[in-house]
Amino acid sequence: MTQSPAERLQIRRSARNGWWLSTPALVLLFVAAAGPLVIMLIYSFLTPGQYGNVVGVFSTDGWRGIIWSKDIFTDEYVLADAHMTIFWRSLSLSMMTTIFTFIVGFPTAWFIATRPPSQRAMWLFLITIPFWTNLLIRTYAINEVLRKEGLVNLVFLNLGIIDQPLEMLYGPFAIFVGMTYVYLPLMVLPLFAAIDRFDMKLLEAGYDLYASRMQVLRRIIMPIVKPGIIAGSILVFVPSLGAYVTPRVLGGGKQMMIGNFIELQFGQGRNWPLGAALSMALLVVVMIALLVYVRYANKDGGKHHG
Amino acid sequence: MKRLLTATAFLMGTTGIAAAKGDLQLYNWGNYTSPELLEKFKAETGITVTVTDYDSNDTALAKVEAGGSGFDLVVPSANFVQIWVEKGLIDTLDLAKIPNHGNIAPEWKDVVWDMGRTHTVPWQWGTTGIAVNTAVYKGDVNTSAVFLDVPEELKGKINVVPEMNDVLSLALWYVGGEPCTEDTEMLKKARDALIAAKPDWISMDYGVTEKMSNNDWAASVNWNGSTMRVRLANPDVVYGYPKEGYPVWMDSVAVLKDAPNKDNAYAFLNFILVPENAAMISAFARYANGVAGSDAFMPEDMKTAPEVVVPEEFKAAGKFLPTCSPKAQEYYTAIWTELQK
Amino acid sequence: MARSSFSVARLPGFATTAVLVFFALYLPIFTLVAYSFNASQSVAVWGGFSLEWYAKAWDNQQVKDATLRSLIIAVSAALIATTVATMAALGTTRRREFKGQGFIYVMINQPLMVPEIVTAVALLILFGILKTNAAEIGGPIGYFVDTVMNKGLGFIILAHSAFCIPFAYLPIRARLEGMDLSLETAAADLYATPWQTFRRITLPLMAPGIVAGAMLAFVISLDDVVITEFVKGAGQDTLPTYMLGQLRRQLTPEINAISTMLLAVTVVLLTAFFLLTRKKD
Repeated sequence: MTQSPAERLQIRRSARNGWWLSTPALVLLFVAAAGPLVIMLIYSFLTPGQYGNVVGVFSTDGWRGIIWSKDIFTDEYVLADAHMTIFWRSLSLSMMTTIFTFIVGFPTAWFIATRPPSQRAMWLFLITIPFWTNLLIRTYAINEVLRKEGLVNLVFLNLGIIDQPLEMLYGPFAIFVGMTYVYLPLMVLPLFAAIDRFDMKLLEAGYDLYASRMQVLRRIIMPIVKPGIIAGSILVFVPSLGAYVTPRVLGGGKQMMIGNFIELQFGQGRNWPLGAALSMALLVVVMIALLVYVRYANKDGGKHHG
Repeated sequence: MKRLLTATAFLMGTTGIAAAKGDLQLYNWGNYTSPELLEKFKAETGITVTVTDYDSNDTALAKVEAGGSGFDLVVPSANFVQIWVEKGLIDTLDLAKIPNHGNIAPEWKDVVWDMGRTHTVPWQWGTTGIAVNTAVYKGDVNTSAVFLDVPEELKGKINVVPEMNDVLSLALWYVGGEPCTEDTEMLKKARDALIAAKPDWISMDYGVTEKMSNNDWAASVNWNGSTMRVRLANPDVVYGYPKEGYPVWMDSVAVLKDAPNKDNAYAFLNFILVPENAAMISAFARYANGVAGSDAFMPEDMKTAPEVVVPEEFKAAGKFLPTCSPKAQEYYTAIWTELQK
Repeated sequence: MARSSFSVARLPGFATTAVLVFFALYLPIFTLVAYSFNASQSVAVWGGFSLEWYAKAWDNQQVKDATLRSLIIAVSAALIATTVATMAALGTTRRREFKGQGFIYVMINQPLMVPEIVTAVALLILFGILKTNAAEIGGPIGYFVDTVMNKGLGFIILAHSAFCIPFAYLPIRARLEGMDLSLETAAADLYATPWQTFRRITLPLMAPGIVAGAMLAFVISLDDVVITEFVKGAGQDTLPTYMLGQLRRQLTPEINAISTMLLAVTVVLLTAFFLLTRKKD
């Protein structure tokens, strides 16, 4: 179907507007976010300096170091399974966090969005207040709640559920709790923004047609709030991959995540090229995952209404 | 549009806040500078000191190396001083401007990493050892075996601070080697010892002062001053000096080459070499200082504390950590990464 | 709408989950606030009631400066990021997909994809070059770089604005995509100009998304440790970097007191804001 010249003009104009509107964001991002990454890309191909920083000598060791590491004592290259463990651990943790924040975040967002309009702002407010406290402090507060003499153990002991205090800290469980806690608003807020616009009459129509609540949920609500689900998932999954404060404080430093591992290279590890290469690799992997996810999600969802 | 203007106004306004405190910029470890000291300095000289915090030698080095930081003074650890000198980041001291230079205690004057103190002036020094809650473990605390061959009572209750240089040095001494060695035999033994012991550790984290005070941990590799604070909260805690060898560390103040307020910097260096002022620094963070004659002014509990005054029988085992060669550093990092997995 | 006992909006288990979530969210916060009144030095063992930490925090000039700085940075960064993100969201949604739209999307989300330490070090290098050369460039640009950017909090605000953009963008976009075009079409039919339509229909409809985005951006900026730690100049500690410095030494309830005060102030401010804008409903 050919387009009329008028239509083509409309389309071009629409695209141009799209670009113009996005330019301020792009400029800011290029200067202070993406641009500096170019520096990192260059650094990933250089040689580590003696005491951190880099020397201007070309080398692919940084990239090779992602998958292979030189055995310290035999000088041969072996598959770095330490690295693989770290990658896998971070990946699974991020996935679990995303899924779990969705499971508890969706009902919460739904709840807030279905309050009377006058109350809605207050609930939204209530859910963000905990997040006005600093991250480090919040993580320590979780530590206090989960410790052997903390609230949770006290309650369990008093209720007789257990007779010895549980050691919940310094392991994957504590990290998981901490991450969910930290990333929850990033899931709830976009979900809320999407659900808030949802037309309840559609639900009425569904029930009129004898749909069960579950069917209504799955077939009417979910597809329409999909943009919110996508936004929330991205906002939780992606940053959680590079997280390291929470894993460090709650995991006791015995469980290294990708974020800690990269930070080590820029700190005591004194291997900036490896750190740079690792982050580039992470970036690429995430970008691919993102593109696949968005393309798949938009295949049946991204219609325009009206 | 209005938002943009408001934002610009903010930016302009903040210039005022930052510039008003520009008299002397001290870049130091967090929670390591006595506010009273700074007030006294201001009362005597009229110079306002602004402290900016860092939490690791590497961060400090990276930031200053990048340039344009605006700091005047920095406080590196002993094994980093030579690195700063080599990179041309700190000045050779103009001793004429520091009349009190002679106050530096003789044992701290000719240190391997700054002979004759031509580049730095002592701030505080201490040791790294093992803090143990004797209510939980009654055996010998003066050995690295406490964390490398964990006794039954301490299994799952001992922490090891994630300080690569300190921990690896302790391990190397324990297996009979030397820190910064390139001897692969020794390195292998140290690595194996660490990895074998790790499952018995509860964590590798900071925060020993709180966590041992409230009994979350029963023992930890720790610095002496912090252990003293724990003991004051929990009298059962004892500080162990590993007899196989333990690190002595010292933080010293240096003047940055591109410091904007050099004269003020020298005034400060001179000021902290006065015995009473040095004692003030020590009283705050609970670590000893390197100025002769300051003992008279130290707080009572520090004069006799076993953490601060190293008992005779352990003195020989304490050594400064050298600056590792790049090869040795590579080994260190590789072992450390494996350990942290 | 007729009030029936069958509520259309109710879904099984949702309300219970939501309430439990709120409870779990506030548990650590209550602990935090409670221990700020702890008479002993510990942040975990209760030693009696005392206000000494509040007194200490109040006297701590370093803390006060750091807090003020954090707030200024967060407000500025949130404003800039939200404005810019709103425009970008408008430019990338509800239109035929144009070439390069995917690229824009990736660029906007890119700060999320890279661990902060990497951006931090890269910015350190970049800004370091700018700072050292500011003097040589001279003239108004050199002056601008030296005063506003370096000594003023310009560099930090710039860095924060950039990484806050995706956090502002995604909620706004989610909101926009769910919006019904019919109202705007109707306005156009009634001879409203595009600008009028935007100001009086689109913008108000987008408002919840924009507010959500701005709040996220503010919080993210307030919390940032790593990037600020590397980008900050002399005397530019923010609250989180100050606390990071405390971590290695000793945590006292002073930190709890500071956090509680900050929390109280923001709660009061936001309540006032909401009450003032309530008249719309």
